[in-house]
Amino acid sequence: MGDRRPPPVPVRPSWFARLRALPPDDPKRTLLFALAVAVVCATVVSTTAVALRPRQRANREAERRVQLRDIVARLPGVEALFARTGASEVETLAIDLATGAPAPSVEAATFDPRKAAADPTAGVAIPGDLDVAGLERRARHAVVYVVKDGGRVEVVVLPVEGSGYGGLIRGFVAMRGDGNTILALSFFEHLETAGVGARIDDPAWRARWQGKQARDPEGRLRVGVATARLDPADAPYQVDGISGATITSEAVGNLLRYWLGDHGFGPFLRTLR
Amino acid sequence: MTSDLRAVLTEPIVRRNPVTVQILGVCSALAVTSQVATALVMGVALTATTCASNVAISLIRGALPRSIRLIVEITIIASLVIVVDQVLQAYAPAMSKQLSVFVGLIVTNCIVLGRAEAFASRSGPWASFLDGLGNGAGYALVLFAVATVREVLGTGTFLGATVLRTVAAGGTYEPVDLLLKPVGAFFLLALLVWGLRAARLAPDDEEAS
Repeated sequence: MGDRRPPPVPVRPSWFARLRALPPDDPKRTLLFALAVAVVCATVVSTTAVALRPRQRANREAERRVQLRDIVARLPGVEALFARTGASEVETLAIDLATGAPAPSVEAATFDPRKAAADPTAGVAIPGDLDVAGLERRARHAVVYVVKDGGRVEVVVLPVEGSGYGGLIRGFVAMRGDGNTILALSFFEHLETAGVGARIDDPAWRARWQGKQARDPEGRLRVGVATARLDPADAPYQVDGISGATITSEAVGNLLRYWLGDHGFGPFLRTLR
Repeated sequence: MTSDLRAVLTEPIVRRNPVTVQILGVCSALAVTSQVATALVMGVALTATTCASNVAISLIRGALPRSIRLIVEITIIASLVIVVDQVLQAYAPAMSKQLSVFVGLIVTNCIVLGRAEAFASRSGPWASFLDGLGNGAGYALVLFAVATVREVLGTGTFLGATVLRTVAAGGTYEPVDLLLKPVGAFFLLALLVWGLRAARLAPDDEEAS
């Protein structure tokens, strides 16, 4: 073999050692340091977010259920229904408002109707002559709540909203399984004047809605609020407005007319019959 | 533990308390102290953030380029705050809802960046950890004190349990509504600062904006 060894190669310092030898404020070193911090921080944040997401989603779902249970449980007759059927669960159903058919593509748990309404594809503009609730836009889909007795729909709870005197009024209207009889109306959000328009929360006034029909036997939409004297012919469909709160009363009537009408939940309510 | 390290941990709890002496972190001290429970959770959240950010910044202090020092510190703090917020959302959703934006706003809490700059960037990780713990505890202590007064006198409860039966609940105590408003916390905090300084428990020559 003899002397065939290759000549010794000068040891090149590793890239890391060379980097460390640079002064702390060298641009190359600064840039790399910033990059490393960004990568590490991004990894930590995204790992936490992804790892905790299932738990957070479960929490949100539980919270929504509690709120809904609360609203549904206060509906007259619902408690008795739960007691009778043993059912205590409210089914959540995402529907396509235009057809009334279920919309399995919409994730009910995370659906945000207001965000969807503002979205150019998930929302639609409401034609001016139909926009009695003063909403301008609505989501294409809606999430409704169904209480069943066996296979039969007993109660549907529909989210409704419309412009009031002070701002948006949002609430739920519960309908009997016939899709025409109002069981209850409640509002979870409004900005109406305290002591005046805010009396739409008054249980006595809300109770007047119980048993009102949305449409007459000919299928005409008759539901509403009578701000003048309530005509006896309209009594099965309308309630007296709150005196001193004409605008708010009309707003409630209008939001019901919109959401129970053909551009609102009309197609869905027809599927129930 | 040497006496130096013990001082790092205990000094900020009363004598050099970040809230009453340095007047840092006052915004959240006003916002989350209407109930003892929220104040305690906020105290723990801030302590965790300060400890973790102090340790992280202490570990990289030798390699930290001076020109981007603050940016790196804030990036680390912001990441840690997101982690704390996410953990709260996952394990204490009701509390997280009550604290709303204030957990996220820990990132702007001067205590965290202040400790990173003033202490962690020139001390070892263990000392920095103790410094974070001490300052967090000092902050939590002030929040706890203010919240106790506000909750007891403002709603007649302590940690949700009735202490003073209010008139509304059929008792004789008329709650002080003013204390539930942020301005009530402001008065309390001012009284606390004055009291501590008058009692010479805190130096009155040191003040930060």
